[in-house]
Amino acid sequence: MSQTGKSNAADLSVEVHPSVQALHDWFGVAIIRDEIVAGDEHVVYVDASRITEVLGWLKEVPEHLYDYLSDITAVDYGGGRPIQVVYQLFSISHRRSLRVKAELPLSALEIDSAVPLWASANWLEREVYDMFGISFKGHPDLRRILMPENYAEGYPLRKDFPLRGRFTRAEQTQRALSQEPEDYYIPADFECGRKPQLVQWQETGGEPEPDGDPSDH
Amino acid sequence: MSKRTVEYEVSRTPELGMDFRPREGLMSPAELPEPDFGSDNMLINIGPQHPATHGVLRLVLELDGETVVRCIPHIGYLHSSFEKLGEYRDWNQIVTLTDRIDYLAPLIYNCAYVMAVEKMMGVQVTERCKVVRVICMELDRIFSHLLWLGTWAIDVGAFTPFLYAFQERERVYHLHDAFTGARITTSATRVGGMMADIPEGWDQGVREFANTLPDTLDEIEALLTTNGIHLGRSQGVGVISGGEAINSGLSGPNLRASGVPYDLRKDKPYYDYETYDFEVPVGEHGDCYDRYMVRIEEMRQSCLLLLQALDRLPDGPINVNDPRVVLPRKTDCMNDMESMIHHFKLVMDGLKTPPGESYFAVEGSKGELGMYVVSDGGSKPVRWRIRPPSFINLSVISKLVEGGLLADVVIVNASLDIVLGEIDR
Repeated sequence: MSQTGKSNAADLSVEVHPSVQALHDWFGVAIIRDEIVAGDEHVVYVDASRITEVLGWLKEVPEHLYDYLSDITAVDYGGGRPIQVVYQLFSISHRRSLRVKAELPLSALEIDSAVPLWASANWLEREVYDMFGISFKGHPDLRRILMPENYAEGYPLRKDFPLRGRFTRAEQTQRALSQEPEDYYIPADFECGRKPQLVQWQETGGEPEPDGDPSDH
Repeated sequence: MSKRTVEYEVSRTPELGMDFRPREGLMSPAELPEPDFGSDNMLINIGPQHPATHGVLRLVLELDGETVVRCIPHIGYLHSSFEKLGEYRDWNQIVTLTDRIDYLAPLIYNCAYVMAVEKMMGVQVTERCKVVRVICMELDRIFSHLLWLGTWAIDVGAFTPFLYAFQERERVYHLHDAFTGARITTSATRVGGMMADIPEGWDQGVREFANTLPDTLDEIEALLTTNGIHLGRSQGVGVISGGEAINSGLSGPNLRASGVPYDLRKDKPYYDYETYDFEVPVGEHGDCYDRYMVRIEEMRQSCLLLLQALDRLPDGPINVNDPRVVLPRKTDCMNDMESMIHHFKLVMDGLKTPPGESYFAVEGSKGELGMYVVSDGGSKPVRWRIRPPSFINLSVISKLVEGGLLADVVIVNASLDIVLGEIDR
């Protein structure tokens, strides 16, 4: 019942993280750089085109065995900088955590899906797609998850997305009222895995904010 | 009067006759072809407004007779984009958002958020603050599990445990109220400490609660644990194996019920949890009944933790002595210029964090509650991400209910202990 007996000295030595060194040795140039943040958190930047290879290796190799995917999210720093996809990994048997990041330029927001490795990636990747517009290749059911499926204003957590949305309050209300609720009950709507419509919102006039600094609110 | 009635009937009757007359070219209902759903299965919709979904969750079920063939959850009805809102608020203002995410265990969310910010800034909180936060988190673990217990009991058809559990919850509400001035929206923490020290006598109230709660749990267990209906409805229902649970990202009691002893209080200890004497209950079958047993036992363990924390509650300041994060005393602000300017800057600009990021996870009542904060050196986060335990726990519901009975959908959903405020954020 209890695991009080286990040592609590989680392997978080600040200088050397065994997995980081091993990743460098195994993958070479695919590991772009690594850093230590907040004292003891190790971050590895990985070439986005080889992300599943790296994640799969981390998950399967017995010395590392990052079997638990805590989280997938993305970070947009604004100003046209690349969007980072962030994977928080944890190894239950080794009690070690590692953060893997892949940087995607705004022009090519596409990365391989981690669903074949972890089932938990399914909804997490859907959320990242919903909020940042990053499409995950090979995802079985890439639909919006929190926003309505016919949401056409873009991707809310991008820095160029204004806090109150792109449409006025009146337009938003009108859109909501003009929806046909019955549409949600036809069987075709429940078909999973159909092709997602990636581009829903098109910039018509004016450039987006050059730097999405939230402090101008 | 009577004449008017007659007129009314006269004017209405032909219209009704028109409506009922079969129109040309239309078939009578009996002749209409069956709508083609592609199979003989039936589609039913539960929610979003349905008491058994514990919030605004919508489940679309495809049924073959009474067996669930497919379950498609739809979420997002409570979406308020807390993460986006956080990017427009300074670090301390976000605390008020955190307790609205999971309104069933607000103090855990308050604590987890500031712990992530403190980790990023390298702020070490005081010993007293650590113990007070442990008390807060364990108290709210019980608080959340009690709500789960009451609603779970209702979903399996027992009403009395609901009343017992909510009576106990009311006591925690009073403790919240006495400490923070609010029953649900506690906002009790600040970066570097708490919004205030605990009031006099509050620790006695918590001690009394921790001492008496196990008696109520005994009473509730007497009604449920060996109850035939409860056993019949929960054992062997919604089974998930340990390996599958890890792969699906389950955490908290749901994961431990499947036999995986993963508890962040033991595996990545924070706030000296390694020095407390408590056990992590682990189930073996991974069914709804084991999830029930694990949570009941967790409440008992949390009572023990509360008593231990109260015993070791040290004296001393609650807030860290770090002018970067903590406001100067009011009397100082009124008496010397530097403190006043400092106070003004901290209030108007918000505290500044160095560029960096941190992912900090605590063992919340629902599972691994992670807070990922990213700063670019300003007074507002670039990104504030909540790793939502219920969101990921709910994502396995399709797997758990498919192949089971329609009636079990309600039980499985109740056993996962979801809170939609956090799923939709």
